[in-house]
Amino acid sequence: MVTKLKEVDAVIVGLGWTGGILAKELTEAGLKVVALERGGMRSTDKDFAVPGIRDELRFVNRQDLMMNTARDTLTIRNNPSQEALPMRRLGSFLPGDGVGGSGVHWSGHTWRWTDMEFKVRSMYEERYGKNFIPADMTIQDWGITYAEIEPYYDRFEYTAAISGKAGNIKGQIQPGGNPFEAPRAREYPLPPLATILSSEMFDKAARNTGYHPFPRPTANASRAYTNPDGAKFGACQYCGFCGRFGCEANAKGSAHMTVIPIAMRNPNFELREHCWVTKVLKDSDGKRVTGVTYTNILNGDEFEQPAGIVMLCAYAINNVHLMLLSGIGEPYDPVTQKGVIGKNYCYQTGAGATLFFEGRHFNPFMSAGGSNVTMDDFNTNWDFDRGPHGFVGGYNVGAGFNTPLPLSFRPLPRGTPQWGKAWKTATAKWWGSAMNIGSSGSVMANRYNYYDLDPTYKNAFGLPMMRMTFDYKENEHKLGRHAAEIVNSIAKSMNPTHLNEASARTEPWSVVPYQSTHNTGGTIMGTDPKTSAVNKYLQSWDCHNLFCVGANVFPHNSSYNPTGPVGALTYWTADAIKRYVKNPGPMVPA
Amino acid sequence: MTDKGFGRRDFLKGAVVGGAAAATTAPSVLPTPAQAQQPATPASPGYEFLNIEEAAFVEALVDHMVPADELSPKGTDIGIHIFIDRALAGSWGKGDRLYMQGPWRIGVPSQGYQLPLTPAQLYRAGIQATNAYCRKQYKKAFDQLDEKQREEVLVGLSTAKISFDSGPPVRVFWSTVYQTVMEGMFSDPIYGGNRNKAGWKMIGFPGVIAVHRENIEKYKDKRFPHDTVGIADMS
Repeated sequence: MVTKLKEVDAVIVGLGWTGGILAKELTEAGLKVVALERGGMRSTDKDFAVPGIRDELRFVNRQDLMMNTARDTLTIRNNPSQEALPMRRLGSFLPGDGVGGSGVHWSGHTWRWTDMEFKVRSMYEERYGKNFIPADMTIQDWGITYAEIEPYYDRFEYTAAISGKAGNIKGQIQPGGNPFEAPRAREYPLPPLATILSSEMFDKAARNTGYHPFPRPTANASRAYTNPDGAKFGACQYCGFCGRFGCEANAKGSAHMTVIPIAMRNPNFELREHCWVTKVLKDSDGKRVTGVTYTNILNGDEFEQPAGIVMLCAYAINNVHLMLLSGIGEPYDPVTQKGVIGKNYCYQTGAGATLFFEGRHFNPFMSAGGSNVTMDDFNTNWDFDRGPHGFVGGYNVGAGFNTPLPLSFRPLPRGTPQWGKAWKTATAKWWGSAMNIGSSGSVMANRYNYYDLDPTYKNAFGLPMMRMTFDYKENEHKLGRHAAEIVNSIAKSMNPTHLNEASARTEPWSVVPYQSTHNTGGTIMGTDPKTSAVNKYLQSWDCHNLFCVGANVFPHNSSYNPTGPVGALTYWTADAIKRYVKNPGPMVPA
Repeated sequence: MTDKGFGRRDFLKGAVVGGAAAATTAPSVLPTPAQAQQPATPASPGYEFLNIEEAAFVEALVDHMVPADELSPKGTDIGIHIFIDRALAGSWGKGDRLYMQGPWRIGVPSQGYQLPLTPAQLYRAGIQATNAYCRKQYKKAFDQLDEKQREEVLVGLSTAKISFDSGPPVRVFWSTVYQTVMEGMFSDPIYGGNRNKAGWKMIGFPGVIAVHRENIEKYKDKRFPHDTVGIADMS
């Protein structure tokens, strides 16, 4: 028995960064908005207080803030000829759960993706010719420009308290910043974090080689801050417990302490916790959606919530899953290459080295999530000629620490015994005297990397699971080998006592070790309904009152963390929806 | 476990070997109150999950993997066996958050864990299979082996040179065993392991200290003098 509720202006599915921004913006614009969140409410005071929050077993190994795979998970495989099997526990990526979403447990790294991503196909074709892009690499331009969304990046950076150093203000290169970044209107809201020894050593080595390192921009407030909405941030305490944890100091820009509480003070807004959305409902003509169905997981009651506008703001994977479960848009078929829903799932690659320096004291436990110095010489630097290396995309290289706690971070020179006295001696000797140099690399879309519904496995609601088919392709192997070579050359120039060299990821992608929670694509944006699911305003081509918001709209993945453009595109979409309500209909002619 | 005298575990082992007859004599061999007060830190406050054979295995395992030296006391003296028992008895061991619906296929390694076993069931089956291997190879259970033999077994497990005749995949068992031993050494002491923060002291991790804002410049490339603080110390 499904209870039909009274219609509201708009319903939001999932209340993290994207849902929170839209809730605040649209309730302020006068809309009655209901948010449905599968998890519960959380507050810094209650849930993230010291000492309870400083529990690595609970929050890292037991994944307390993450989605529960016993209830819903995906099936995974490396290629269409394999049988997909359930991801029975989390590993490679960690979608969040509860109010604030993954924006609670993120580390804060916030980047501005540039036209090198938004115009990826046209820029590479223009410079290298059409044949440079492999036939099965389904990259496409995004249909937006950097200049269009620059003000929205700015908006998100000032909301989330990004600490950083501008490298390019209105075309003027700024000393100390990233000279390869696209021009920004003004400085970051906060200066960079205090630097740590490992970052300083990397900075010096990279500079000596002729590279251009800079402090990584991050939502860890380098000092107390009040954002333009009046949300108050404490200063980062460099506690070392950042990624996977909530921040007890409110120093990590998160939706649960910025946009969400502001929306909740607005009488136009209603949050319903523990509500699991099972379907988006289509109108009989298929041109609009009419609302959603959901289950109150505290008691099993089922509801239909009619709404004038539906915004999918769950984790990127779950937004795509809902589209497939709801039968909106044509599912992608890798054989015919027809259809769009599920297309262009992308991930990230990387290569890292560990350097051991006898007698140095890195004090890894004194660090913020974004304590890192990074270089973009092989990333947003278009002067770096990919031609001789034969790959599309790029990678950033950085060094520092992010949550180097003893269950997950125990660096040892390769070949050290795994237990016993020799293991203890080496663990004790090196724990505070080792550092990493890491690289994060882009993954270009490929015809055979995609999502669809699994034919066999079902979640706790009896619904087909999402099936993820993914592997790294030759393009990513080439990029990874180049990254490993550069990382190793910088590492060797630092003369470590021991070096665990970096190597490219060329084995099949594995769901087991953590890699990154940067899953993109599936309902991609573009200019043509035949090759994209949503237009440049993240509006469904099929149903004009449905908006899919999140990294699921990225047509490919860059080397950067995705939250910068996710935040920017959400503010951009909020403005678009404010125009839409005055004149409902497709905002881009199909 | 103390080296001297007849402890509770010896009694329990005897009870199993001796069966019902031995059990009826139980009261006479229980330690007197005076004896019971002697050890400052009892080896075991009692097990929730591990049976006699499993407890002996785990105790031998953690003492072999974490031997006593100038860096830390041995595994059982810092409670790693207790951590493991509690982890297996608790929600993690019972498969909390583990998707446990079939169909069951082993798949390829990149697809991760695919056994129809909770971590506790896996542990139990793996210990049985390891002891079966040891009895075949050495005519003794793992906990009865000498140090060299124990080392051979652990090398065999960790490299999957040992394979179990009808038990779970060795690699999956070993990775679970290894994970839990490390968790028992380096988790917060509230979970029963890392007693007296011995694991943290060994590596110089100060624990749950709240703020380093004032320290980050001051101690750059310097040893950080600190107390080691756990959650219970701040609660």
